[in-house]
Amino acid sequence: MDKIISKLLFLAATSSTAILALIALFIFKEGVPIMAKSGLAHFLFGNEWRPLQGMFGIFPFIVGSLWITAGALILGVPLGVCCAVYLAEFSPKKWANILKPAIELLAGIPSVVYGFMGVMWLAPIIRTHLGGPGLSILAASCVLAIMILPTIVGVSIDAINAVPKSYKEGSLALGATEWQTVWRVILPAARSGILAGVILGMGRAVGETMAVIMISGNATIIPNNMLDSVRTLTANIAIEMGYAIGDHRQALFATGVVLFFFIMGLNMIALKFSRRKF
Amino acid sequence: MTNALTAKKLDLYYGDFHALKNVNLAIAPKKITALIGPSGCGKSTLLRVFNRMNELIAGVKITGEVKIFGRTMNKINLLELRKSVGMVFQRPNPFPLTIYDNVIYGLRIHGISKKDILDETAFTSLTSVGLWNDLKDRLKENALKLSGEQQQRLCIARLIALKSDILLMDEPCSALDPIATARIEELMQDLKENYTIVIVTHNMQQAARVSEECGFMLLGELVEFGNTDRIFTAPSDKRTEDYITGRYG
Repeated sequence: MDKIISKLLFLAATSSTAILALIALFIFKEGVPIMAKSGLAHFLFGNEWRPLQGMFGIFPFIVGSLWITAGALILGVPLGVCCAVYLAEFSPKKWANILKPAIELLAGIPSVVYGFMGVMWLAPIIRTHLGGPGLSILAASCVLAIMILPTIVGVSIDAINAVPKSYKEGSLALGATEWQTVWRVILPAARSGILAGVILGMGRAVGETMAVIMISGNATIIPNNMLDSVRTLTANIAIEMGYAIGDHRQALFATGVVLFFFIMGLNMIALKFSRRKF
Repeated sequence: MTNALTAKKLDLYYGDFHALKNVNLAIAPKKITALIGPSGCGKSTLLRVFNRMNELIAGVKITGEVKIFGRTMNKINLLELRKSVGMVFQRPNPFPLTIYDNVIYGLRIHGISKKDILDETAFTSLTSVGLWNDLKDRLKENALKLSGEQQQRLCIARLIALKSDILLMDEPCSALDPIATARIEELMQDLKENYTIVIVTHNMQQAARVSEECGFMLLGELVEFGNTDRIFTAPSDKRTEDYITGRYG
């Protein structure tokens, strides 16, 4: 009996890995030839994306993804880490018990709802007060910042709670205030865990598609500032997949390959940090 | 000479639990005073009264009067109090920072940032705990790489850097092996020239070896307090005698 179960489990394990491997293989098989054909450097760093004329340069999308992600991190990380510090160290138990699940609930809101709110409410505000088309890097960064909050807050709280209580005691016993203790001992001790949370959030920001399509404006140009419209790697695939054939279709798969490396790289860094002990 | 620490009619409650019962004692400066007693007798709690660490626990109520060098404890600013009454914990708890940053942690949090003062203090503090020669080239390494004994010495150096007057030691050797224990005890003998040391220990031999004065606690009461030699040879209370002769504990 045990043997059969272990065989079944083995089958399940291998098949799930195999499925993932096959998907990866398929994406590579579809995407790599066009990268070779137009030249890797041309593909990655070309400024012109004109699929109908056979020009496939995805540099504007890489820049777009990086800008939006960086913006989301600049807005979201300080907010998320401060929130985690408050909930883990300062807030009364009662508050933490209400606020932590509430923040986790944010993760349950579908991204299309975030995008819709961004289009209806945030983009007009930006257009009126700051200028530009409204649908912009800034708008997308704001929305993504909120979308990555649950990840950052959740992982950071766990990292802070994992810091041994003896550090805190030792610091307070030396006459440090609570804040000094947090700043000088607890945060440095929790640093690797918090960083892992930030990188996971970053992965989410890079991979997010629906909300970004809705509010980033999708212009295929390299942006000059935060108020310009941009298109991200994910958006590029989703927008053009309906009518892409031939080389164009392959170029979209190649965009997927680039995304694949982006996110795999981020996850590997996150894994490395989260495994590091203090 | 003013006593380093005095407690009068000290009572402490954890919620409904009466953890310290009418404790009265006077601890002389520049001596080693040991508090002994079975687990749960309140000796650590008593120690933690003197730097107000009990107050981190919710639901603690303390009544009575405690004085530090003649000054009423509650009138001293909490952060100043903890600066002058330092504590060494059962498990060495260096911060996950460099050795250097650990030693001067206390100075930094109390607003001293001049590099030459910090360097000078790191040198004198590490020297006085006997670590300087071993570690002078490793100051930028993480303190968690040190051995248990070195970590505990480092924790003592942190207090010396702050110029604490009183060192409270809560079973400082219980996580160390016998050789390291002997060397920390030696260090305590050196330090009492300049510091008042109060040590809590469940190890009676240790109390007999290192301390000049000794208090025996049982169930939250300070049963007997006095000269260590006398307590160990001619205790005046039957309960002390029973504990020392190993009838319980």
